[in-house]
Amino acid sequence: MGRFHRHDDGTVHSHDHDHRHHHHHDRDHEHGHDHDHPHEHRDVGDHSGYETGRERIEVLEDIFTENDRCAADNRAEFDAHGVECINLMSSPGAGKTTVLQRTLESLGSSVRVGIVEGDIETSIDADRLGGYGAHISLLNTGNGFGGECHLDAPMVRRALDALDLDQLDVVLIENVGNLVCPAEFEVGEHRKAMVYSITEGEDKPLKYPVMFKSVDAVVMNKMDLAPYLDFDMELFKENLRKVNPTAPVFEVSAKTGEGIAQWVQWLVPAKA
Amino acid sequence: MLDSVGVHEVALSTQLAGVVERAARGRKVLTVRIEVGVLRQVVPASLDYAWGFVIKGTPLDGAQLDVRWVPAVLRCSCGFEGEMGEEINLLCPRCLAPAEILSGEEFRVTDMDVAR
Repeated sequence: MGRFHRHDDGTVHSHDHDHRHHHHHDRDHEHGHDHDHPHEHRDVGDHSGYETGRERIEVLEDIFTENDRCAADNRAEFDAHGVECINLMSSPGAGKTTVLQRTLESLGSSVRVGIVEGDIETSIDADRLGGYGAHISLLNTGNGFGGECHLDAPMVRRALDALDLDQLDVVLIENVGNLVCPAEFEVGEHRKAMVYSITEGEDKPLKYPVMFKSVDAVVMNKMDLAPYLDFDMELFKENLRKVNPTAPVFEVSAKTGEGIAQWVQWLVPAKA
Repeated sequence: MLDSVGVHEVALSTQLAGVVERAARGRKVLTVRIEVGVLRQVVPASLDYAWGFVIKGTPLDGAQLDVRWVPAVLRCSCGFEGEMGEEINLLCPRCLAPAEILSGEEFRVTDMDVAR
């Protein structure tokens, strides 16, 4: 967490500079600096020694404002066509794609499903979802800095061009497998869910609060492995409640099909 | 540095750079002041590194990041209001009901200094 602010090289600083003020000083500078308070840089004050004139501009903008505007447009697009959108996230290897396969099987032809498939490289996940009658739009995020770790609203906007929303009831967004970044980015969904698995331990809700807090449901996969693990479900739920008081936990096995029906009921209540 | 947490700060820095660039309107940015809530799961050293990485070679190169970390403050209908403890827990410490989060989730640019 960012609750402590130290400079890892141990340098201490002062704001009584008579030279240009910046944070990353050479080690041979020596300053006295008051660092025993939450790091408040409200230096409205004296920068009289600067070589260049400086002007202060107020910005007051959340860093996700632009993305969220695009997400709102995406959501309006879904609403205009009566399509429900769910953003499905997970850690890599939790079994998200297998759960999706089971979900598509369960929905059959009664629900018209579109899938936005996000993967850093390859069409492997999209290929596995073929053959269930869903319309798939593939997004490879591999053009970012070694691959974007998440989908954002503009990417989903582009993916929607490949889907005919008039022909769909539900769009499932299979996000990039990552417990950190995807939860930060609204993409236009109505609800968020995540796939977790009992092989990942009980304490991840406390280590990844942004993700666990953001979701409306948790799918706990690989329940078929329960007899072979010491996984403490009550402890996991206790940890989950500390960051998310309300999300239901659906205990499933994508392998055996256990619990899938209840999850699908939550996913598409009107139609399942 | 580019483990999954480092990549998080790169993604955040990219968003941040977009806000800064638009607000700067072509002027040279000297300092960017931001507020980051402690619930945002941001590692300070990773953010510093990621910001430098993202702006390198761009018009924002050299812009210094000035971060105010905002504590998590909870409020409950039972009457409790106060800062969250050391361990992450959004339940009221007094009655264990889900508390309202008054602060701690921010990630925004408050203001910045540009060259005249």
